Order: sequence, then structure tokens, then C-alpha cells
Amino acid sequence: MLKLAFKRILMTVPVMFLVALLVFSLLYLAPGDPAVVFAGDQATPEQIEMTRQRMGLDQPFVQRFGTWLLNLAQGDLGTSLISNVPVAKLIGQRLEPTLSLTLLTLVWSALVAIPLAILAAWKRGSLIDRGVMLLGVAGFSIPIFVLAYILSYVFALELRWLPVQGYKPLSDGLWPWFRSLIMPAAALGAGYVALISRIGRTALVEIMQQDYIRTAKSKGANPRIVLFRHALKNAAVPISTVIGLGVGLLIGGAVVTETVFALPGVGRLTADAILRRDYPVIQGVVLLFSFSYMLINLAVDLLYPIFDPRIRY
Amino acid sequence: MSLLDVRNLQTHFRTRGGVNRAVEGVSFHVDAGETLAIVGESGCGKSVTSMSIMRLLPENAARSAGEILLNGRNLLDLSEAQMRDVRGNEIGMIFQEPMTSLNPVLTVGAQVKETVALHQSIPSADVHDRALRMLELVGIPDAARRMTEYPHQLSGGMRQRIMIALALVCQPKLLIADEPTTALDVTIQAQILELLRDIQREQGTSIILITHDLGVVAEATDRTVVMYAGRKIEEAPTATLLAAPRHPYTQGLLAAVPRLGGDGSGRLAEIPGQVPDMRKPMTGCAFANRCAQATDFCRAHAPALERKAPGHIAACHLAEPEILA
Repeated sequence: MLKLAFKRILMTVPVMFLVALLVFSLLYLAPGDPAVVFAGDQATPEQIEMTRQRMGLDQPFVQRFGTWLLNLAQGDLGTSLISNVPVAKLIGQRLEPTLSLTLLTLVWSALVAIPLAILAAWKRGSLIDRGVMLLGVAGFSIPIFVLAYILSYVFALELRWLPVQGYKPLSDGLWPWFRSLIMPAAALGAGYVALISRIGRTALVEIMQQDYIRTAKSKGANPRIVLFRHALKNAAVPISTVIGLGVGLLIGGAVVTETVFALPGVGRLTADAILRRDYPVIQGVVLLFSFSYMLINLAVDLLYPIFDPRIRY
Repeated sequence: MSLLDVRNLQTHFRTRGGVNRAVEGVSFHVDAGETLAIVGESGCGKSVTSMSIMRLLPENAARSAGEILLNGRNLLDLSEAQMRDVRGNEIGMIFQEPMTSLNPVLTVGAQVKETVALHQSIPSADVHDRALRMLELVGIPDAARRMTEYPHQLSGGMRQRIMIALALVCQPKLLIADEPTTALDVTIQAQILELLRDIQREQGTSIILITHDLGVVAEATDRTVVMYAGRKIEEAPTATLLAAPRHPYTQGLLAAVPRLGGDGSGRLAEIPGQVPDMRKPMTGCAFANRCAQATDFCRAHAPALERKAPGHIAACHLAEPEILA
């Protein structure tokens, strides 16, 4: 089992290579010239050309990619064009708010969405079911920044229950930290909750029509046992899958959320880097996001055999 | 008194195209220790009848009327909670598809034990023993180890044995077997039928065997009810029915059975036409549009079930009663 899990992990290496290639060439193809940015507004064409040579931007693509990859393998993500600080260090400084925000969102979303999915599937066709579906559509359709501003207006500006913006690190204490994340996590999680509860409901409804559910009923099991013992365990695979895939939503959303609520996280770093064409930073964070997404889905994959004994690697 | 007495059962489904009268006034009884066959084509209402007895049809779509008396108690009058005590405890049920009827993510031991735990408050060690003995009874080799395995690790025949074990572990008086051998190989079919017979002999269980396979009927049942378009159209002791069917539909069914050692001269007989639409009101005999001998009288007047011979009833204007000396 362990050996097979290792094989599955090894399979991600080529994917990671492809991701690295994509991330690198994305910047190569994007409009805007880093040399122009780096040389500054007042630079003459000669100065820009010198900058280009100094940065190695005049070298062929394969050579540049090779150098970049080699540095990457040594943990060197390059240096910011703007602040001249190593990208790895920049990201490290910004990691705590982002990790706090995404993990908190992941936990509350799952805790809310799964019971909603169960409730909707159980009371299928009822008002509760329709309510959950409606909430799902709403949660998925409202853009994060709109929801963020509404929350901010109501709970910070009008009611004054929560801070408008800013982040309090965990070292300031659990409550201030949590308080600074309530609104960002709520805004970020809405779409995620919608996604998980809808997929979870659909999976459960389908499972409730399976022959083995009829068998459970024919044994005299009550609805609670049928739902929780027989149906829910079968829904664990689709639900964990959508939680894993939905992390992509969280990562993208974190960039917006951190910008709106002025959280000094990786998302803000990304937004700033894009605005300033600070391409080593962009490459670094996109790479980080891709790898975390892959790792989370790898973890979900490795969980499958626990949920469903038919799945073996 | 019969163990089970079904009187004028009607089960109707509300559908978009109107009310589907899936079961329309069916009566039959099952005596203690007896095996009753219910035969008919797909859609004749035989499975709906069994699901009505178990009250497992979706409550918002299906309505059952009439009486289903189990030891004199009308199951249609019970609350859902009382009915749960009946399911698995007084009536056990097995289904056609042993591949999909077991929960893939629970061990077979857990699934057999669950039936016991649902109906009896006994220590878990005793629950385990009961389940283990039941698995041995249904012929699972190395039962203690098998209990920790999952359904996908077992063959189709083994899975059907597990189904039988979880349906019968509480020793219900009645077993409803809905096409229990249809999905199995012929050799396994015979084994499963024999197993059901053995358990019946040991525990005195009554069995309702629902099937479209007349070979299974001949091999394993005492009495047979033939259903067509939601109605009972013939009933007789199995041997009598197979030797001298009175209803043209039953005769057609028998003619459609392939026989070894036949003259090999031609194709199998088939019954032409289709089952009538059960959402439309019916006048006359439900089988008239497919019956070669049907007359205008048949098409205008629905035949009642009549006694045609001792213990043999049929609903056909053309089947003359035997002249009894």
C-alpha cells in the first residue's frame, strides 16, 4: 500500500514539470517587457538593452528555462525586480495570512456544506432542498468582491462589529486573529460552499436510489441509519473530490479577497506583482499555487481507498 | 389462517401521463412453510406487489389500497415505525441483483450483523455469533474471514448467499425473493434454489418467489399465481398449472419456454403484441388484444376469476370449467 502510494506520488513529477514549463512560458508570452520595467521610466533605449542583457533576457528560451529550472531545483525562485528581495523570502513573509484564510475557509465551508447537502438530499424536493439549491446558485453567482463589500458595509461600517480591513497575526492571540478573518473567510467561502453542497446533494440523491439503499430499508433500517451509515459513506469519494478540486477556487479567490480586505498575504503579493510586472514573483506564486493545488488533490487521491475499499492503487 | 393474506391489493402510481394502475385488485395468500410463485412478464406488477407488501414504494408517488394481512394484522394500517419492525424481522427480502444490492463500502459481516442489531437488543458479541452462524448456514466457506471482506471481493453466487443471510438472520416467517436467480449462472441458480429449500425446511419459512423463469417455478414452488397487466389471471398448484394451464396467456408463456429434445422444427412460440398501457382505463379482458382466440365478448366484458378445477382458478371466458363427476 505504502509502495503504491509512493508510485502515485512519483506520477506527479512529470505533471509538476509541465506546470513549471507552462508558468515560465506564460510570462514569456505575456505582453510587457520586464527590461523596460526594471530599467525605469527615464531609461534610454541603450540602457534598456543593457538591462536586458544583464537579466539574461536576450538568451534563447530553452537556455533561460533551463537556468530557471536549475535554480528552482535548488530552492531559488529568483529575485524580485522591484524590491530586490528573494522571491522565496517574499512568499515566506506572506504565507501566514493566506494559509490562515484558506484553511479557515476550507474548514467552515466543509462543515456547513456537507450538512446542507445531507439535508437537501434527505428532504429532496422540499422547501429546504429548494432553499439550499437557491443558496447554491446565489453563492456561486455573486462575485467575491461584491459579497466582500456588502459584508464590509454591513458588519464593519454600519454595525461596527468587525474590523473593516487588515490582518492580525496568530501571535496577537486567537480571537483577534479569528476576528480579522471572519469576513474574508465568509466572502471567500460562499462559492465553495455552493459548489460542495450542490455536488454533495446530487451525489447523495443518486446514491439514495441505489439497490443497496433499498436493501438497507428492507432490513428495517430507519432513515437516519440509511442516510448516515449507508449513503454518506458512499458519497465520501465525490464529496472529497469536489473539496479538493474546489481548492482552485479558493486560491483564485484569495487574491481578490486579500486585496479587498487588505490582508498582507500571498494573494496581495500576486496582485501587486502583476500590476508591476514583477515577473519572478509572479512565476514564484503561480508555481506555489499550482503545487499546493496538486498536493491537495494528491492527498484526496490517497484518501480514496479509506472511503471506498474497491479503490486500490 | 394463512400467514400472509393479500386481499384486493391495488397499487397506483401518480405519473405525469396519468395514474398508472400497476397492481389492480390482486388477491392471494401464502400458507406457513409454503412456496408461492408469482410469474409474469416485466411490467406485469409482480415486483410492485412485493414492494407493496414491504411498503417500500416511494410514498409520495405510490398509493396502496386493500388489505395485506400478515398473521391477521393489516400491514397497510401500520405506522412507518411499526413497519420497520416488520421489515427484516417478520418479512425478509432478497433481490435480483446481488452485485448492486449489497453496500460496496461496508463489510459483509457488518451488513449481516446490522439486521440483527436493528431488531434485537443483544450484546454485540452475540450479534456477531448470530451473523457468523447464519453465514455458515448459507454455505459461506471460511465465514469468519469472509465477514471482514467487502462485497466486491466475492463472486455473484456468494453475494446472493450473503443477501439471503442478511434477509433471514432474524428468522422471519416470510421471505420475498424477487428474481433471486435471474442474474446468476445456471449452476449457481440451482445451488441458490436448493439453499432456499434447505432453509425453508429447517426454519419453516414461507417464500414468495417472484420470477419470469418457468423453469425456476417448476423446480422450486408449490403454488403459482400468474399476473398480467396488474391483475391475477390464473392460480393453481404449480404442477397442475404447468400440466394444464387454462388461461391463453399462461399457455403462451409455457409455449415460449425452450425445451431440450423438442423436434427442433422451428422457432420458439412468442406471444404477439404488447402489454396494454396501464394508465388508460380498460374495458374487457386485459389480454384480449394479444389473444388469438379473443372474441368481441372478451373485448367488451372483463372476465372474473372463476374456479375451473379444484384449486385452479383463471380469469378467461373461454376456459371451460372441468366437469366434475
